[in-house]
Parts: sequence; C-alpha cells; structure tokens
Amino acid sequence: MENTGRKKVITEDDVRYVARLSRLRLDEKDVTMFRGQLSAILEYIEQLNEVDTEGVPPTSHVLSSMKNVFREDEPGVSLSPEEALSNAPEKKDGFFKVPRIIKEA
Amino acid sequence: MEDILSSIDGFKRWLKGRTGSLADAARFLTDRISSIDADVRAFARIDAERIARRASGLEKAGKKGRLYGVPVAIKDNICAKGELTTCASRILEGFRPPYSAAVVEKLSAEGALLIGGANMDEFAFGSSCETSCYGPTRNPWDTSRIPGGSSGGSAAAVASGEVTAALGSDTGGSIRQPAAMCGVVGFKPTYGRVSRYGLIAFASSLDQIGPITRNVADCAAILEVISGYDNRDSTSVNMEVPRYTESLSEETGGLTIGIPGEYFRAGIAEGVRSRIDEAIKVFRDLGARTVDISLPHTKYAVSCYYIIAPAEASSNLARYDGVHYGYRSPGPGGLEELYTASRNAGLGEEAKRRILLGTYSLSSGYYEAYYLKAQKVRTRIADDFREAFKACDCILTPTSPTTAFKIGERVDDPLTMYLSDIFTIPANLAGLPAISVPCGPGENGLPVGLQLMAAPFNEETLIRAASAFERNTEHHKLRPEGL
Repeated sequence: MENTGRKKVITEDDVRYVARLSRLRLDEKDVTMFRGQLSAILEYIEQLNEVDTEGVPPTSHVLSSMKNVFREDEPGVSLSPEEALSNAPEKKDGFFKVPRIIKEA
Repeated sequence: MEDILSSIDGFKRWLKGRTGSLADAARFLTDRISSIDADVRAFARIDAERIARRASGLEKAGKKGRLYGVPVAIKDNICAKGELTTCASRILEGFRPPYSAAVVEKLSAEGALLIGGANMDEFAFGSSCETSCYGPTRNPWDTSRIPGGSSGGSAAAVASGEVTAALGSDTGGSIRQPAAMCGVVGFKPTYGRVSRYGLIAFASSLDQIGPITRNVADCAAILEVISGYDNRDSTSVNMEVPRYTESLSEETGGLTIGIPGEYFRAGIAEGVRSRIDEAIKVFRDLGARTVDISLPHTKYAVSCYYIIAPAEASSNLARYDGVHYGYRSPGPGGLEELYTASRNAGLGEEAKRRILLGTYSLSSGYYEAYYLKAQKVRTRIADDFREAFKACDCILTPTSPTTAFKIGERVDDPLTMYLSDIFTIPANLAGLPAISVPCGPGENGLPVGLQLMAAPFNEETLIRAASAFERNTEHHKLRPEGL
C-alpha cells in the first residue's frame, strides 16, 4: 500500500459509534477530547503504510514453532459453582443475576 | 533506614540473625513498608495481618524453600487466591480471585513471603503509574517524579528497599522501563517462558511476567523459580528451564554485542546517551566485541504496538460487564444499561481511550488496514531481529530515551506518553527476552537503564552479560537519598 499523504481523521460520529460498540457512554466533552487524541494517534500510526508488506505473513504468535495447542478431552478439577460465583455482584440459586431481559406476558 | 533488603542472601542473613517467629519478622517488614510508603506509595494496600498469617503458614509448613521468608511484591494484576487483586481499576473493586497464578504458586512453594497490591497503571495501560485508580506511585529518587510504568509500584517497592524483589508484567516495557527509571534490575523473559495463568490479560500476544530486583543474581534466582511449562497457559513453551544462576559468574569474553544505529539517532537525552556510551566501553574493556547492526523497522514499532495492544486489550476487557465480578452500577435499567453504566463508571480514561482505539481498529472496514497491517509489520520487525542475531549474541540499547519525568508532565498528551516506550516495545513484538540494568545517574542524578536483548530462550546470555557488567561497575549500589 502506498502512502498517499491522506490524513485519516476520526470523526466525532466515529467516536460515538465505537463507544457504543464498546459499551461505553461518553458525554460531549469526552467525545471532543477522544476525537482529538485518537486522531493524533491514528495520524501517527499512518506511517505503517510506508512499510512494504506485500507477501509478508501476519504474526499472531511470535514463536513460529508454536502451532495449535491441544489437550486430551478429559474431565479434570475445576472451580466449584460457589467459587465461580464468589465475586458476583448479584447471584441467585447458583446463577449470576442480571436485570430481567424477557418482558412479562 | 538499614538496607536489609539489598539482596536475597542479605535478607536471609538478617532473618537468621533474628529471634522470634517469621510472623514477627513479617510485622517488622510491613511496618517498615508503611513508613517508607507514606512518601513512595508503591502499594495500593498493605494488609499486615494477612501477611503475618501467611508468614505463620510458611513457618508451619516446615520446609524452607530457596526463597524462605523473602518479601516479594506482587503487581496488582497477578492473582493470589482470596487476596484483593484489582489491576488498579475500580471495575475490579473487591475482586478476590478464586485461584492463584502459576507464578504465585511457584514462589509460594519456595517459601517467598508474597506482598500483593503493588501499584500499577490501570490494567497496565501506561508508562508512568499515573493511571492507577489509587493515584500515582512516586519515584523513590525524586518523589515529584513518576516511577515509570506500568509496573511502577513493583519497581519503586524494590528501589526504596521495601521488599527484596517484585514481580511485574511487561507488554511493551512495563517491567524494564520502571526498573530503569528506579535504578533497579528488570527482566522480561521470552514470550512463553513464564506461565501467564492467573495474570489478568492486557494484550495476550505480548504479555509476559518477570522479576524486578536490586541485582542480577536475585533476578536470575527469581527467574529460575517462576519459569517453566504450564498446560494451563496455551502459550507456555515446553522447554527445560536452564539453571540461570549458573550463568552469573561467566565472563563476557567472546561475546558479540550488537549496537543498533536506529536506537541512537535522535531523541535520546544527553545524560542517557553518555551513560550508554560508557557502558559500551565497559563491555569492550571486558573483552566483548561490539558490532554495528541495523534494525531498519524500529521506527514502526510504536505504531505497530498501538494497533495490536489496544485491539487485544479491547477484546480482553469486554469481560468487565458488572455481572461476573467487580464493580456493578447500582442504577436502574436493563441489561445493556447495566453493562454500559458499570463500564463507564468502573473504567478510567486511559482504559477507555485504548478500548476505543482497539475497537476502532478491529471494526468492520478497518481490520485489514490496521490490525492485519500491523501484524505484517510485526513480522518485519521480528525478521530484523532474526537477521541481527546472525551477527551478534545480544543487542545493547538504552532502556528509555529519558530519565523519569515529572508527575503530570505527559498525562494530557497520550502520544508523547506512548513514545516513551519506543526502545522497549520491539522486544515484545518479537517475543524476545530483555533485561534492564542500572548504568549510572543521568540528568538530575536520576537513574539510567541499559537494555540488553537476546534471541528467544537465550535468557542465559543476558544474565551472563548483565552480571559481568554489574560485577565491574558500582551503579547498582547507588541508593536514593534518605532511604
């Protein structure tokens, strides 16, 4: 990819959209601040386009010797339900409790 | 205050000379920490009673391991069963993990007295320890300055003599940079060398746990204990762990050290530059050969990192939803509202910034231009190192371009803050082991760190070179005033 010198600047609507995807709610002051900061960061990051990566494989794991890691599908020791729920802000009858999501008929 | 914690051996001698129980010694140590920490604030919390009980437990166990009684600080993102572990974030308020990290099990098995709650940047997002929900840790050398980050509490606790050693985690320099700025030794092992089971995830393709200590011998000793295969971490590598402590006394003659021009071009503070030049001369005098090498993609490392790390972080932090653990917003509303309100109130500004950046670069239409592109550039950066290690055994650079900056100096300018990790990020991207050792005072008498990097699983080369450097210099003996 060639660097065209085009400045890809993130808009306030982009910030609101990404905040919604991230389950974050920003007030207008935050939107303005993050738009400015993220634009500066993304402009800096644009320099990656200077690098010729034609035919270069992506790295997801740095040690190329590591491929898939499997284990036998055997039951082992794991947390008890009580332990797994021990940090839940709200729980009921051995389950995590959340606000009602199905409306009553 | 007497420097009883300058080394593991020194601590053991002090402990041997004491009468009374290990719990008494633990109380003495936690009193001492509380007194020093009034200024330094290396810990988010100190629960003296729990620590004393742990000491009693170690004493009753009867078996005296290699680290019996040695106080080791644990960064607040490493789980210990039943102990508050919060990543310095409000969203993990009150979280007591139901299991212990592999490194916690290993240190405990050797009798170490673990002292949890070492302060950090929230979720390890930062280079200064200022994003902690508990407020910043202060540099023991100058309390108006940052200790570095994100493992700033771990480094400050070691540098101020509160503990003998500490564990930190390093995703883009978070062990080495604070170690450099606090004048102590910090080691990031090869990716896969130390199990991350029980480390609260930041960026899973980069995170690694490692030791922070006052000297290279202690670093080797802790590394030897915490390394090794663990089937609970699928990135853990099944390779035998060498006896790192056996590399300590080897000489550096015959060693070839690469000096990468790209790390010395611009932007290094003069006080840092001159200390590094002197260090290179020390190695030459010790019989090492130095060669000029090139790592041509160095300038892209920060960009590459600030795509990959926030992308992975945004995914890892999706689990904080107010339902399973930690902070839950008490407000009314449905499930979506519960998620949003809990995350909004529980996460700090830098965490939000990284989640937004990461979500943006992974979102539809941008994935290929950002994340995939960064993964390819990452390959080029790793290839640079593979090529370089054909000509040298290890690579020498500054750990950080500057000494510790003032608290507040960079908080409003995220990009400048991100650029302070420019020399440490490449080792994470390439998965390499790297160490920072003190190499003398720079501007204002503040510590400067020297970084050495080696090929994957060549930790011994780093221990050997760093130990020889330390043996022939006095830098590691310098102490902050008043401590």
